[in-house]
Amino acid sequence: MLSKISFGEKGLFFIIALFLLVFLVGPVIQVFYVAFIDVNTNTLTLNNFADFFSTSLFRESFYNSFYVSAMSVVVASIIALPLAYYTSRFEFKGSVIIQSLGFIPLIMPPFVGAVAMQLFFGENGSVNLYLENTFGFKIPFMDGLNGVIFVQSIHYFPFILLNLSAALNNIDKSMEESAQNLGSRGFGLFRKIVFPLAMPGYIAGAVLVFIKVFDDLGTPLLLNVNNMLAPQAYLRISSIGIDDPMGYVIAVVLVVFSLAALGIAGWALKGKDYSTTQKGGGGLNKRKMGKWEAVGAYSIVIFTLLIVLSPHLALTMLSFATIWSYSIFPDAYTTAHYAEVFTETPEFITNTLIYASGAAVLDIILGVSIAYLVIRSKIKIRKTLDYVAMSALAVPGLVLAIGYLRSFSDIELPNGQILASWWLMLVIALAVRRLPYALRACTAALQQVSVSLEEASENLGASKFKTIRKITIPLMAGGILAGFVTSFATAAVELSATIMLISSESDAPLAYGIYIFMQSASGRGAGAALGIIAVIIVAGGTYASHRFMEKSRKQREVSSEDE
Amino acid sequence: MNKTGIQLKNIELSFGNTKVIKNISMDIKNGEFFSFLGPSGCGKSTLLRLIAGFETCQKGQVIIEGKDITKLPPWERKVGMVFQSYALWPHMSIRENIEFGLKEQKLNMMEINYKVDKVLELVGLKEFASRYPNQLSGGQQQRVALARTVVTEPKVLLLDEPLSNLDASLRVQMRQELLALQRSLNLTTIFVTHDQEEANTTSDRIALLKGGVVQQIDCPTHLYDKPANLFVANFIGSANILKGNIRKEDNLSIFESEEGFKIPVDSKTIGSCSLLLRPHTLNITQDKDFHMDGVIKNKEFLGSMVRYFVNIGTREIIVDSIHSKGSEVLGINEKIYLKTNKAESYVLNNE
Repeated sequence: MLSKISFGEKGLFFIIALFLLVFLVGPVIQVFYVAFIDVNTNTLTLNNFADFFSTSLFRESFYNSFYVSAMSVVVASIIALPLAYYTSRFEFKGSVIIQSLGFIPLIMPPFVGAVAMQLFFGENGSVNLYLENTFGFKIPFMDGLNGVIFVQSIHYFPFILLNLSAALNNIDKSMEESAQNLGSRGFGLFRKIVFPLAMPGYIAGAVLVFIKVFDDLGTPLLLNVNNMLAPQAYLRISSIGIDDPMGYVIAVVLVVFSLAALGIAGWALKGKDYSTTQKGGGGLNKRKMGKWEAVGAYSIVIFTLLIVLSPHLALTMLSFATIWSYSIFPDAYTTAHYAEVFTETPEFITNTLIYASGAAVLDIILGVSIAYLVIRSKIKIRKTLDYVAMSALAVPGLVLAIGYLRSFSDIELPNGQILASWWLMLVIALAVRRLPYALRACTAALQQVSVSLEEASENLGASKFKTIRKITIPLMAGGILAGFVTSFATAAVELSATIMLISSESDAPLAYGIYIFMQSASGRGAGAALGIIAVIIVAGGTYASHRFMEKSRKQREVSSEDE
Repeated sequence: MNKTGIQLKNIELSFGNTKVIKNISMDIKNGEFFSFLGPSGCGKSTLLRLIAGFETCQKGQVIIEGKDITKLPPWERKVGMVFQSYALWPHMSIRENIEFGLKEQKLNMMEINYKVDKVLELVGLKEFASRYPNQLSGGQQQRVALARTVVTEPKVLLLDEPLSNLDASLRVQMRQELLALQRSLNLTTIFVTHDQEEANTTSDRIALLKGGVVQQIDCPTHLYDKPANLFVANFIGSANILKGNIRKEDNLSIFESEEGFKIPVDSKTIGSCSLLLRPHTLNITQDKDFHMDGVIKNKEFLGSMVRYFVNIGTREIIVDSIHSKGSEVLGINEKIYLKTNKAESYVLNNE
């Protein structure tokens, strides 16, 4: 093995480290720094936090954010648990529907569906109008915090469903059979064997839901629920200005809470990654459903499907509706909104394509480089790059954007624009936010490429660089492409960093356009049309990513069959 | 002592339209170490899982110590099974794993602790009781899986390829431990394996299966010496099998192979049949009196013996010749003659 570190590797390491320092670590440190500094005396202080907790609005916001996140976990669990149970325990034809339920919500950013959901489930939405006309009562689905909980749990329950199903599928059936063999059965067996083995998967999903909801800015903002932490931070910064410490204090609370939730989950799951300790992993024994069990299962699955599809349906209807207000269905249908967004504000779409592809390209360049350095180079502190890049997961978009505003507002571009509000900064912010996903995809791809394939190339006379270009990168292609489209699709609909960093409408992408349109009743139709376009981009990207992964998996299978 | 431990009666089992077990019957004696041996897909594991209650048969009965258990669920059968993957629960310590079955039996804690301590001592893992499965080596996990099962004092012990996840040297050691444990507990045991060496070294009797059908049930030496058919002859040990005819010539039975070699045999049958010649029963000679003349095409020195691959006409015949110190190894392309041993050759029906 070569033990020396090449000049190229050192250079690459330095450039990436510098990038992460300037665009991730630096801004976050800035945010923490400001939160702990007295504005007047410039000395370290906890006064800002004291102010935070002595203001009743902030205490309420803090409580609300916590309550909404916890309740979202509860509601998402109620949706996900029966679905996971049906797929893992039964030979159930409806499993196909359940699998689609696992990604349908994720292709629509929650804030996009939020307004449309009000037209279905709101105070004067279709469902409540119908209920009042027929039964004389209403259900406050969308009142205040309820609305946020409702929208968020419908959007995020797949995290619990996917993680829990994966954990259940990882339980080898011999785990259960050996218990039966020793005399155990029924609920006792479930409690002692299946439940503890599936728990880590459930917790992993639940923590993810909690953090996502806790950090989310778009949904409460669009539902006009301002007494939560993220909206408060946004409102403080955008109305009072970047010198007001409260926004930073909230940002710190958001980060600390995210990290704490991750930490608690990590501690609870310590040494409990059972998937690797079981040898088989063929999933539990499945049995056929009885007739009434099947009726029950289908009812639950179809009811869930209807609820899950309701934002999509409502958004589609809204995008084609002339006027839809105080009525169960829209008055009439039109394609005018689509015409409007394509002719009057095409920049929303073109900007989105430019920003999202820019961010995705940046992500795979960074992802491949970091993966290569971590897995192949001998640089001592190479793993730090991976940790730092992954830590972006715990930094909400809002916090990163606040950090950018603080760090880059004093710098002016030659054309007089402030660096922080230059569109390229948004591209970088989006790239940093999505880097963890792209990095994981690239790392996984590179781990599949055996070192001996590279050594064979070098042995036949190819240089290191040529080997990377001719052998390593082509073999990683599937994973890289998957990483690219995932980054692209999710960056295209990121709202929290976007609304902080964009200062002019001409620079604005889709997410921002949707936000602006949805502010006024007359703009809703166009907003919904943009929303549908966003959904199509994300859905297309998710599908493409899935296909690339499948393709490279198949390729590997073929080549391993040849061996 | 020799009363029947496990009885299988006319078992038929299908998965969908695929028949996996075809009318299998056998009696396994109390205290016997019995193997199900066969290539993958022969139905041996399915048969074992049927006895444990994890598969259901469409026809037939499973009887243990005179009691029909065919319809009983797994948790009421009291047959201990050790899984191929060991199936140790990763969220429980070794002690918790072993206690599990005893707790299901609702024994009191004092009794449980006593039994667990005893079995831990038996498998030599006393100091590992508080560890978790992923902190143990493969061999140790294997012992825990065994301990977890035998501690419940099952009527029979079912072992599903228990050694297949161990490396070669450990496998030999573990099979000896396994046998010693079985002897000391005098536990009726069924051992499923595809490895004939494992089956031969441990078993009192072996059932050799192929395609869901029992080919032969016998002790290891009989399977080797007197195979019931060509499959058994080929599966157990190395074999040279010649096809041909037996006819009487001056009161002697002469086997004439399809290739035209004439070999004297001890056999009452006449007509079309096959002749099994085990490699170690053939002798290489330079004496022209013998009819099989050939050329050495390849050789493998295996320490205790040399294995020659001899071309006789178009046939390749394997010959194992015992190596003794200083004896010379024949060279490739050397011309030789083969001598067969009448008492050692065995006539089989063509099937």
